[in-house]
Amino acid sequence: MLSYILRRIVATLPVMAIVALFVFSLLYIAPGDPAVVIAGDQASPEDVERIRQSLGLDRPFLIQFGSWVWRILHGDLGTSIFTNLPVSAMIGQRLGPTLSLMIVTLLLTIVVAVPLGVVAAWKAGSLIDRVIMGFAVFGFSLPVFVVGYMLAYVFALELEWLPVQGYTPLAQGFWPWLENLILPAVALGCVYIALVARITRAAMLEVLQQDYIRTAKAKGLGQGGILFIHALKNASVPIVTVIGIGIALLIGGAVVTESVFAIPGLGRLTIDAILRRDYPVIQGIVLLFSFVYVLVNLMIDVTYTLVDPRIRY
Amino acid sequence: MDRRTVLKGLAGAGGLALTGGLSAPAIAQGAAARTLRFVPQANLANFDPIWGTQYVVRNAAAMVWDTLYGIDSSLQPQRQMVESEEVTDDGTTWTFKLRPGLKFHDGEPVLSKDVVASLARWSARDPMGLMIKALQQELTAVDDRTFKWVLKQPFPKMLYALAKNNSPCGFIMPERIAQTDPFKQITDYIGSGPMKFAKGEWVPGAKAVFEKFADYAPRQEKASWLAGGKQMLVDRIEWIVMPDPATAAAALQNGEVDWWESPIADLVPVLKKNKNISVDIGDPLGNVGSFRMNHLFAPFNDVRARRAVLMAMSQEDYMRAIVGDDTALWRPLPGFFTPDTPLYSEVGGEILKGKRDLDAAKKLLAESGYSGQPVTCLVAQDQPITKAQGDVTADLLKKLGMNVDFVATDWGTVGSRRAQKTPPGQGGWNMFHTWHAGADCINPAPYTAIRANGDKAWFGWPNSPGTEKEVAAWFEAKNLDEEKAAIGRLNKAALDDVVYAPTGFFLSYTAWRKNVSGITKGPLPFFWGVSKSA
Repeated sequence: MLSYILRRIVATLPVMAIVALFVFSLLYIAPGDPAVVIAGDQASPEDVERIRQSLGLDRPFLIQFGSWVWRILHGDLGTSIFTNLPVSAMIGQRLGPTLSLMIVTLLLTIVVAVPLGVVAAWKAGSLIDRVIMGFAVFGFSLPVFVVGYMLAYVFALELEWLPVQGYTPLAQGFWPWLENLILPAVALGCVYIALVARITRAAMLEVLQQDYIRTAKAKGLGQGGILFIHALKNASVPIVTVIGIGIALLIGGAVVTESVFAIPGLGRLTIDAILRRDYPVIQGIVLLFSFVYVLVNLMIDVTYTLVDPRIRY
Repeated sequence: MDRRTVLKGLAGAGGLALTGGLSAPAIAQGAAARTLRFVPQANLANFDPIWGTQYVVRNAAAMVWDTLYGIDSSLQPQRQMVESEEVTDDGTTWTFKLRPGLKFHDGEPVLSKDVVASLARWSARDPMGLMIKALQQELTAVDDRTFKWVLKQPFPKMLYALAKNNSPCGFIMPERIAQTDPFKQITDYIGSGPMKFAKGEWVPGAKAVFEKFADYAPRQEKASWLAGGKQMLVDRIEWIVMPDPATAAAALQNGEVDWWESPIADLVPVLKKNKNISVDIGDPLGNVGSFRMNHLFAPFNDVRARRAVLMAMSQEDYMRAIVGDDTALWRPLPGFFTPDTPLYSEVGGEILKGKRDLDAAKKLLAESGYSGQPVTCLVAQDQPITKAQGDVTADLLKKLGMNVDFVATDWGTVGSRRAQKTPPGQGGWNMFHTWHAGADCINPAPYTAIRANGDKAWFGWPNSPGTEKEVAAWFEAKNLDEEKAAIGRLNKAALDDVVYAPTGFFLSYTAWRKNVSGITKGPLPFFWGVSKSA
């Protein structure tokens, strides 16, 4: 197993290299010029050119790419064109809010979606099943920002239970941290809950048809034990897969959610960097996201061996 | 007891009180009243007001760095860091003396050498600074509080140049910072203004914090825009960046922020209904909407084609598309200069007045030789103002029988593509939309968009010797009457040659909680004199 994990980690390197080349090339050919944005409306073409030179944007593609790769290999993601701050520091500032949002959303999803899926499968065809699946379709269809606005209107503006915006670090208290994350996590989690609930239901339905479930029922095991110990464990491989894949959904959804709830996370940093053509920041974030995605896939593969001992690498 | 308190109580019962984050002690409530939470118009992405000329940078910089002179609400330059000035009879040698007791945030005194270095950096980037630099013989520190600027010929607008609020302003920095290449960003944010920048709390794109500078020496006069006594009545100002207007509106209603600089027109009715919120015009100098035509290529290299568009366009259509049906927010603009300012002129503006004559415009367009070639119209979709104007223009051009190549893109791309002088079919363009702050359109000094010196002019590269002649006449004017006469002629020449197409004048609101007082109207948010009650 250890050698498998090591091999997988080594295998991420070419993936990351391809992502790096792809992202760099894409940004190079994309229209727009950060020097123009920096120089402002009143600037002369000469001013724009001097800024471009000072940023090194006038150098040939291969030289720019080479020096970027060299810095990456030395652990330096570069410096933001606009803020003049190290990209790693900017990402560090934003990691906490995004990580918090993703963790709360993930927990919320598992706590809500898995039981819903199990119950829907258990009561397949009944009114309960239809209601749960109806909610799933609803949750899957509503855009994140619509859910976000609705939640903010009801729970922040009308009921005044929760704040509309912002983020408080965990170091300042658990409740201040959590109260800022509840609405964004629910908004972001809607799609995810719907997806996981549907997959859980489908996987459970298949498992519940198996002979060993009938045997368990026949020997008088309780419904809870059958569903959550025998059936759910055997249905967990596709559920784990979807939860893992869903992390990509979360990363995408975080961009919108962080804008709607003014959370200073990586999603907003990404949007700001793209709109301003802040190349080093975009490159740094995309590299980070792709690394996380590769890592999550590795974790999923490892998790398979834990939930299903028949799987070996 | 509201439900939020109940929720907090429940959380506390669950053992969460151990975190100590459940209740705000009395001392914290007092601190809250001394902290002003402000939602700026845009993200403070950098903090060098000479390197980055965005207005949001200037607005923040005005708290941190002071200026030698400051423009007041009557658009006149007033002494700020300067105690006195003298100019020789021939107008070529200016000698300035600094006020005593000025200090930087690091405790060092403000000296003439700091001013000299700051002015050198500023004059390398600012359009008026560049004009002075071109005339400069020497800029030297005479002693710690006196400095001298010797010119080869008079520059009557010297004090205005040092006082103006247009970006980049002549902010004074310590010599070691001001010696930074003007095309490179500074990394140290030490000024001598009334607020210090809390660099450690800066999260670009999310938050910027300013703390009161205890050693600031305000002038004794009443504050008026960038002039007078900048008395700070709060200890801390937090800028909270909110990209989503709906979120900002909700946060203001909820009391999570105190002041929102520029609410969008759509949300203003909601804010006006809230009894805890005040809404008023933010900047009386407003904005001038515009679209620019490329004078280098057909069809707009022919003045008849440009005039045809002007004859057909309805400024009301543009303004309603931008600000909606609130008629208090816009007015037609048969000219180029900001309404209700001393130099406003409608001379030559008949082409933009009265009933629109589409038939005459079509006829003029045909005379220009237009024969159906595509007109590449760049429209940034991520800026509501440019998108609204672009949609109206597309409709206008179609009504004129033009073949519109509507390029829907983002502002970053427009900014880059508009600089291309290649033909429209080869990466160039025929039209793009923008707007200008009214503060930039009060006279020709900061008004880059009105310049018509061909290759050196702003994008579109208009060449109108008549316009340029009157710009020079304004710079040489000795008094307001001469200035007004020059601007009248300039307005006519620029409209005759259609330097660009003004789409109208529009205003925008600002909104704040009623426990905040002292907010004044102006071209930027002024924080001095603003207080907040609990």
